[in-house]
This record gives sequence, structure tokens and C-alpha cells, in this order.
Amino acid sequence: MDASVHHKTSTLAKGDTLLAVDNVSLAFGGVKAITDVSFDIKKGEIRAIIGPNGAGKTSMLNVINGFYHPQQGRITFKGETRQKMRPYVAASQGIARTFQNVALFKGMTTLDNIMAGRSLKMNSNLFWQLWRHGPAMREEVEHRRVVEEIIDFLEIQAIRKTPVGKLPYGLQKRVELGRALAMEPELLLLDEPMAGMNLEEKEDMSRFIVDVNTQYGTTIALIEHDIGVVMDLSDRVVVLEYGRKIADGTPDHVKNDQTVIDAYLGVPH
Amino acid sequence: MFYREAGQFKTTYPSDMAIFPIAQDRIGIGIILAMAFIFIPLFASDFIMSSVMIPFLVFSLAAIGLNILTGYTGLISLGTGAFMGVGAYACYKLMTIFPGVNIIVWIVTAGFFSAAVGILFGIPSLRIKGFYLAVATLAAQFFLQWCFVRIPWLYNYNASGAIEVGTRTLFGIPIVGPNATPEARYYVLLCIVVVLTWIASNLVHGRIGRSWMAVRDMDIAAELMGIKLLDTKLLAFAVSSFYAGVAGACMMFLWYGGGEASDAFNINQSFLILFMVIIGGLGSLIGSFFGAAFISILPTILKFGLPAIGVPLSGATAEHLIHITVGGLIIFFLIVEPHGLARLWQIGKQKLRMWPFPY
Repeated sequence: MDASVHHKTSTLAKGDTLLAVDNVSLAFGGVKAITDVSFDIKKGEIRAIIGPNGAGKTSMLNVINGFYHPQQGRITFKGETRQKMRPYVAASQGIARTFQNVALFKGMTTLDNIMAGRSLKMNSNLFWQLWRHGPAMREEVEHRRVVEEIIDFLEIQAIRKTPVGKLPYGLQKRVELGRALAMEPELLLLDEPMAGMNLEEKEDMSRFIVDVNTQYGTTIALIEHDIGVVMDLSDRVVVLEYGRKIADGTPDHVKNDQTVIDAYLGVPH
Repeated sequence: MFYREAGQFKTTYPSDMAIFPIAQDRIGIGIILAMAFIFIPLFASDFIMSSVMIPFLVFSLAAIGLNILTGYTGLISLGTGAFMGVGAYACYKLMTIFPGVNIIVWIVTAGFFSAAVGILFGIPSLRIKGFYLAVATLAAQFFLQWCFVRIPWLYNYNASGAIEVGTRTLFGIPIVGPNATPEARYYVLLCIVVVLTWIASNLVHGRIGRSWMAVRDMDIAAELMGIKLLDTKLLAFAVSSFYAGVAGACMMFLWYGGGEASDAFNINQSFLILFMVIIGGLGSLIGSFFGAAFISILPTILKFGLPAIGVPLSGATAEHLIHITVGGLIIFFLIVEPHGLARLWQIGKQKLRMWPFPY
């Protein structure tokens, strides 16, 4: 992909804080999903969020892209502090994500799925859409070109016109990554991108994640259960347990943290 | 053997994104259009024109409308009949208030009134889905139908409550009213259907169609990608009701030629069109035509075709037999292919690519 694809570079330099979550608490009725969690994500890094099941990792991603609204706390993205995100704002500000259970548009082809990721960048009006002519068609072709670059990047040329519902799981995950990439995000949230994959598929996916990070400078926050993958890929790791943050730091630091070991292995209380 | 894309290479994105990328499909569409515009009016009798072709086209238009809402956007509606009624009454009022303007202008304009009403009743769709939305659209059906009966202004205070259609002409040829020939009405209707089908196909193949389908398949993901759910759903309601409204106006003015309209736009009509969409194929424009043909033409063929080939049928027996046969066929097709006739058509085309050497 050439540079024109990722034209929307923010003013932030590598290493500046891209996203900061401050004292966020989220509860559903009496169930406390997240309690007073703060962490930050720096521009250009791969940030892992790990923790046992039910630790609040996915809820955290949902808070970041505005699907859940926390009762307390603030979210600062690109220097703008908000009490809560709105999905539309998050998307238009450059936050994209993939889902734990593949959330593709099953009835649509790979191409249409990734094209749908460009929706925010397409703005020809209804009048031209009615005739599929003029600006509407020009726009369609221009975005198709970008989408084809993503297809090349992810090596999914052969399934371009296959309805995604018919694809095997590993490829679906890859198409979902493609759809998120089509948004040219500044922050890419990946919710268990390697769940249920075999070793080879995991290696492929890891390669794509690293490539996205290094080639386009996209900041990545990822949730993953495969500790080996997490330790290899990420620059920094935040560990959640029962909705609280129990550790934060480099993979080596986290790996040797006694609370983290206890959380994963369990300790007699 | 003949239906194959081998050798047809696409070298530009526009040619790859064409609606009919395969040359054989383009030829096929040309043949169908030629049949519809030339052969059918030449060879079909007045009876076939007015009780087979015209109802078929009207229902196709309504089915396309509902398919945009239910098939493409995933919102079930049971208010199609009422939205058609809005179109018919709007057209009637416009026609009587401004008699000088050509009726075709009013038939199309009536669609916009229907679209506005559709948007209004579409607002709950942001919060409710599935069967519950279907029930909410029933409110539209009953409320609007009540309006058609209780607001005499809508039917110009006629004692009978019926819509009275006078003669209206286009280039001096009567196209609406008692003097209009079936051919003239058929041509007007055919032109409207062809243009609106073309527009529908443009819409569903572009950005708007993708956002409709995205909302249908996974609304959460669509929302997180920046697709505004309410806008997208209301646009679907608007476009769908526009089509229903135009279909309703066409039904009243080009098919029935006036009459007791409140009966024509009742809940049965809504169900009938929903069945057409389901049997034809959800999310398929060609399926809308298949479904309309199946539900609207089949009974006519059975009713008049069987006696013609010597099967004695009369009165009540005929009616019952038709209901049994159509019902049986609906079940048969739904078992064979739950995704509708459009999917059968697709499978057929896929097989044809291989034929006669399936390996």
C-alpha cells in the first residue's frame, strides 16, 4: 500500500500518548465489569490487554470505542478528553476494531465487507447514488483501488467475490482485519485476533499485525489469550483481573509479576 | 456451455463492478426487455395484458420496495399495503387538485408522500427489531387504513367512498381512465417499473446498499464502523415506502382504474407482498420479480389456464383448488430452497456454467 492510503496522520509523534483511560468504572446494575482502571496507549506501539476470562477486557474495548458508556472516568483520545465515546465519533476519529466472535456482514462478499469499511470516507450524495454515475462511480473506483491494496496485503485475492459466510474461520478473521484496516485507523483494537486458530494461522495473523504496525505505524491494542503471542508481539502489557488493573508494563516485567502469576495460576485464599 | 465468463477479462474496476459483468447476462436482459416492450404487447390479448402482466408489474414494484426494507436492511414490515394506499390517495388528491399536470408526474410524486409516512412509522425501528418491529408496523397498517375510511377529504367526499378515475392522457393517448387501452397502461407501467428497478439496482450496488446490508447482517459492527443506524434504517424505510407508494398509485390508476380503495390496501395485501419477497428471495431484486410472478400470475393461470386445456373447473371448486395448489407449491419451494426462487435461479446459473461437463 502506498503512502496515499494512510494520508490521515495525526499530529502526534511516535511515543506520544494516543489514548488515555483514566479511572474508568463500568457496571451493569450490580455487576461491576470494570473498576477504576487507568492506562494509556502510546502512538505506534502494540499494547496488549490480558487477563483471565471475565476480567473485563472486552468491556474495556467497548468503552474505548463508545459501545459502552462508563459510569465514571474519562477517555482522552488524540488530546480530546471525553466522559464517554460515541461509536460514530470513535469511528470518525480513527478507532477501528475487530470482534472476538467474528462480526462480519455474512451475506456480503469479501470485497463488499472491506468496502463497507470505507463508508465513512465515501460521501457522494444520494442523487448520484441513484444513477451510479459521475461522482458516485468515481468514488467507488477510487475506494475499490484502496480496498484492492488491502486485499493484496492480506493475501485474500482468491476470495474477493466469495460471500464471507462461506469462508473458513481463519479467513473470516483475516477479512475482518481487512475491514478494520479499510477505515485507515489510527488506533486498531483487536479482540482475540487469534482465538481458535492453529499454529500456522496464528503465525500468519501475527505477521499481519506486526506488518500493520510497522508499515503503516498503526497503533494496536490487542486482547489475546495466547501468552506466547502476547509476549512476542507487544511492547507493553496491561493485566486485568475481576475488572481491576493488577499489572502494567513490559512483557518481561509482567511475566515475573507475582500478582499476575497468582491471577493466572490461582492461589489458595 | 453458452453461459460462461471464460475469456471475458476485466481490465478496469468499473467494468468489474458492472451490474451485469457477464456478456451473456447483458444479452439476456436485452432479450427480456425486448420481449416486454415489443413481443408481449404485439401478441398478448387484452385479457393477458390487464389481468396477468399489469398486476405482475404492480406487484413486482411493491415487492422490490419491501425487499429493500426486509431483504436488504433486515427490517420486517407489515405496513406495505398501507404505504401503497398512501401513494394511491396522494396521487388521487394531487390529480384532482392540479388536474392540469400529467398523471405520471403525480404517480411518481405520490411516492414521496408515501416515503414521508414511511419515515414516520420507521422511527421505532431504531429500538425494536424482528417480530416486534413487524407488530409496530402493523400500527401503520391499521392507522392508515382507518384514515382511508374515516377521512372523507381523502376521497373527495364521494358518497361511495371510492376513488373516481377520470381520463388522463399522455401525448393525446389516454393512459388512465375508462378509455385507456390495456396496451397504453401497460407501457406506462412498464416504463415506471424498468426505471425504478434500474435505480433500485444502482442503490443496492453502491455505498447505500452496502450500509443497508451491513445493518442487516451485523448492526453492532456497522455502528462501530461509523454507519449511522437511524439514518440508514430511515433511508431504507423512505426508499421502500416510495416504491410501495408508486406501486399503490399504479395499482389504483393503471390497474384497477378506481374503486373502493380502502379494501385494496388492507392487511392481506401487506402479507401477500411479504410472501412474494420471502418466496422470491430476500435481498434479491430478481427475486422480487419471481415472487410477484409466482403469487400473482399462478392463480390466474390455474383459474383460466386449466379450463382452457380441458380440465373442467368451475366456480368454488376452482377457487379451492387454486388455494390448495398455490399453498402446496409455496411449501414445496420453501423446502427445496428456503432462500427463495432467486437462489434456485443462481444455482441454476452456476450449474449452467459447467454444463455439459460438470467436472
